[in-house]
This record gives sequence, C-alpha cells and structure tokens, in this order.
Amino acid sequence: MAKKRSRRQRGPRLLDLPGIWFSQHLQSAIATLGRLMDSPLPTGMTVAVIGISLALPAALYVLADNLRTMAGGWDQSAAISLFLQYETNDTDANAVAGQLRGWTEIAQVQMITREKALDEFRALGGFEEALEQLKNNPLPVVLAIYPRNEYSAPAQLETLQNKLLALPQVDFARMDTLWLQRFQAILDLIQTGVLLLGGLLGMGVLLIVGNTIRLEILNRRIEIEIMELVGATASFIRRPFLYAGAWYGLLGGLTAWLLVTLAILLLQGSVSRLASLYRSEFALSGLGFSAMGIILIGSILLGLIGSWIAVNRHLRGAELG
Amino acid sequence: MIRFEHVFKRYPERGEALTNINFEMKVGEMAFLTGHSGAGKSTLLRLIGLLERPSRGQILVNGRNLATLPRRQIPYHRRQVGMIFQDHRLLPDRSIFDNVALPLVVTGLGQKEVGRRVRAALDQVGLLKRERATPVALSGGEQQRVGIARAIVGRPPVLLADEPTGNLDPDLSREIFELFERFQYVGVTLLIATHDLALVNSMQHRTFTLEDGRLLNDTGRW
Repeated sequence: MAKKRSRRQRGPRLLDLPGIWFSQHLQSAIATLGRLMDSPLPTGMTVAVIGISLALPAALYVLADNLRTMAGGWDQSAAISLFLQYETNDTDANAVAGQLRGWTEIAQVQMITREKALDEFRALGGFEEALEQLKNNPLPVVLAIYPRNEYSAPAQLETLQNKLLALPQVDFARMDTLWLQRFQAILDLIQTGVLLLGGLLGMGVLLIVGNTIRLEILNRRIEIEIMELVGATASFIRRPFLYAGAWYGLLGGLTAWLLVTLAILLLQGSVSRLASLYRSEFALSGLGFSAMGIILIGSILLGLIGSWIAVNRHLRGAELG
Repeated sequence: MIRFEHVFKRYPERGEALTNINFEMKVGEMAFLTGHSGAGKSTLLRLIGLLERPSRGQILVNGRNLATLPRRQIPYHRRQVGMIFQDHRLLPDRSIFDNVALPLVVTGLGQKEVGRRVRAALDQVGLLKRERATPVALSGGEQQRVGIARAIVGRPPVLLADEPTGNLDPDLSREIFELFERFQYVGVTLLIATHDLALVNSMQHRTFTLEDGRLLNDTGRW
C-alpha cells in the first residue's frame, strides 16, 4: 500500500497541474502577506509612502469632481439676465419676451414676474424683516435669456448683450456664463494637474516598490541560492517578490482611499456649513466606486510593475552558480 | 547513471580546473572522490549538479545530456540530484522541518504529503524529534544530518556530497558515511568528495583520486 501510494505521488499528474498552479499561487500570495505582516513597521512605512503619494492626486481628483458637480447646477442658469426698467409691468414685459423669442440667437426666454422674484427672494431667507418694511415690491421684472448653442461663444454673447441693451425697456443685462466658462477652464487645468501629478507620483510609487523589493531580494540572497540548489524554478523564486509588490500596491491604494475619505469627512462639516450660508444643499462627494476601483487597480499594477522591474534586474542568471 | 566524456573545465582567472575527465558510475554505485584541496573535487560535483557547465566534453546524468539541457530545465535536473555541502547551507531562521521541506515545497507538493515525506527523511537521519528546532540549536553533526535529510527528501536517484564530514569528529563521520551506505542499498547513486582518507580506506568503495584536475586513479567498481 505504502509503495503504491509513493509511486503514484512521485510526480504530479497532468490533470492535477492547474490545481497545483492555483494552490501554489494562493500559498505564495498568503505567505508573502504573512511575511510583510511579520515586519509591520517597515511594511507600514512603505505602504504609507505609497498611500500618501497616491492620495495627493486622488484628493485633487475629488476636488475637481466636486467643483464640477457644483458647476453642473449652474449650467442650467441663463446666459443673460435681462433686468427691465422698474416701471415695466408684466403685460409689457410679456410683449418684450414675445419679441425676443423671435430672435434667431435666442432659444428660450423665461419671464420672472415681480411677484415671483419677490417670492424667491423671500424664500432665500434672512430678508423677511427687511421686506416687511417695504411698501412696494422693489424688484423689477427679469427676463432670463437662453441663447442657442451656436450663439453662446463669449464674443457672440457680448454682441447679443449689446443688442439687448439697446431695447428701450431694458435697464441692464448681466452676463452669467462668462465666469462659468472661466471656471470651466480652471477645472480643466486642475484635471490636467491630476493627470500630471498622478503620473509623477505613480513613477514615485514604482521606484519605491522597486527599491523595497530590491532590498528584500538582497536580504534573502542566501535563501534564494538555496532554493535554486534544490530545484526551484525561476518563476517559483520570483513569485513571492511579485506578490509582495502587488500587496504593497493594494495596501498603498487602500491607504490612499482611507486618507482621502478621512479628509472628506473632516471637510464635510465646514463645507456644509459654508453651503448652508449660501442656502445650498451641496455636500462633498467622496471617491466613487469607479474612481476607487481605478486607484486600487492602478496601485496594484504599479506595485506589480515596480517589483517586476526589480526582480528582472536582480534575480537574473543565478541559475548557474 | 553518471558519465563523464572528455570533460574539461577552465576558469578565466584560475586556468584549468579539470582536464579530460572520463568515468562512468552505474545505478546504485557509491564512490569517493579524493584529492587535495583545489584538486577539482568541488568543481566536478558542481558540474554534475549543473551549478556550472563544462568548458568542453559531455556529461550524462540519468540519461540526460547536461550539455544540451536548456536553462529552463536546470531546476528539474537539480530535483534529480541531491546535494550535501560541508557548510550545510541551511536557512538559519527556519525550522528544521521547513529546511528539509524546501525541495518538496518548490515542486508544489501538497502540504500533507510534504509533512509525511519530511518526517520520513528526518526519521532516516534520526532527527525526528528536532523538527521544530532551528539549525543554530543543533550541533554540527546534527546540522549535517539535516542537510542530508534535505538532500534525500525528494528521493533523487543521485546524491552528491562535498566534504560532508569536513568539520566532524571521526565517530560522527563514520555515522554519516554509514548513513550514505544505507541510501546505496536502496539504489541511490552516491558520489562523495572527501579528504578523509582513513575513512575512505576503511570503507572499501570505489575511489576516484583527483590531482591538479586530472583523474589519477580509479579503483574501478568494487
């Protein structure tokens, strides 16, 4: 019985190979994590450096994302607010609106009557008492002008504005979109910054992981030599180092996510206080699922590539003495 | 099992280490390799384990021509050749069990089977009770026996030993050599480099003598 058993198990059968491959990988991955946890301080420091490096671009991304959400709400606002002369009543205003709707540049005109404007103003709060004191409604009729998309370039809007100002019933016209476009440009700038910073710090992560793995390889020279002596394949020897790199990446990515989430939690209070002062419901949004996925996958890849570079440089050609 | 055909090994720094070596060992044969230090004993063993390649000539081990063996196949060749070193080459921070298990772990053998075989190997060298200890806690003789257990745990058909008793007293040396003889009985081919001539002469096995890289004397099959 014993003899039969030993013969059967002398070499792996072909059918067992995928299982062996999988269990070897699982074992290596878990063993590598265990080894990293055995030296928590150096591991923690490497992970923290990676985490901070990744948290910076991630935080900037969150900032840009939030600013964009905030700006999204303003996109619906009219390009030009047309304040009519105070004396203009709703009937006259309606006529003006009708006239404007015929213009080719204009897609839509929305009339805000004096009562409606007062109601809105009241709803903003803080002004009730002041309004109580007033006998008359101090607000003029406002026409919100939405230009067609073809006419919303800054120069064209300016022409339109001048054309509107020439109307006798118009008191003044305020352009609402110019600063929005500037804001949009700033957002684009931040977005480019995220990419640049992300690229640079990603390179940094690559170097950190590469160097950490290089030191680890040097530390375990003797062990590697002995493994080669007893017939370990090159891939078997490389595997734990590659897994270490991937673990560093994963842990670093999680740290980055944690840092950004903590920062958002800390800022949430003051942001909502600020928002409430502006009568806004705006709340900071954190890293979404997809952004988090990108960070984690990216950090794992960075760790893997970093360790792969180190492994290829320092674990090569030891097979022959 | 092992055949050398006109094998030369030349190092750029040291010149010729082995010159025109020819011999053949049959399956289950045990032989000693003697000679002064620097005569080329270690080099010869390193060639068999493919730690190095010969400059010229052919080496066949277990039907494999080492000259044409691709690099990727070297690990699989080494699993067929157990190697024992004078300095043991154990991992100081691992237990005896883990040290002996290493050749099995690298092949991807299941944990249960590894445990079974490691204990069998430790039992053969009489160290079953020390599996939890680390190498530093062991005496020189015990450490060497751990090295032997590691060499035989994968049941290789060929066993090479480079001065396995170099640091041991005569009694311990004899014990180790008797252990080797037991492996020979089960069909393992053994080549043992040693300069312990007294022991070699008392044991009556085939003996190769190397001098300045040349095979001076081969007592033939005993």
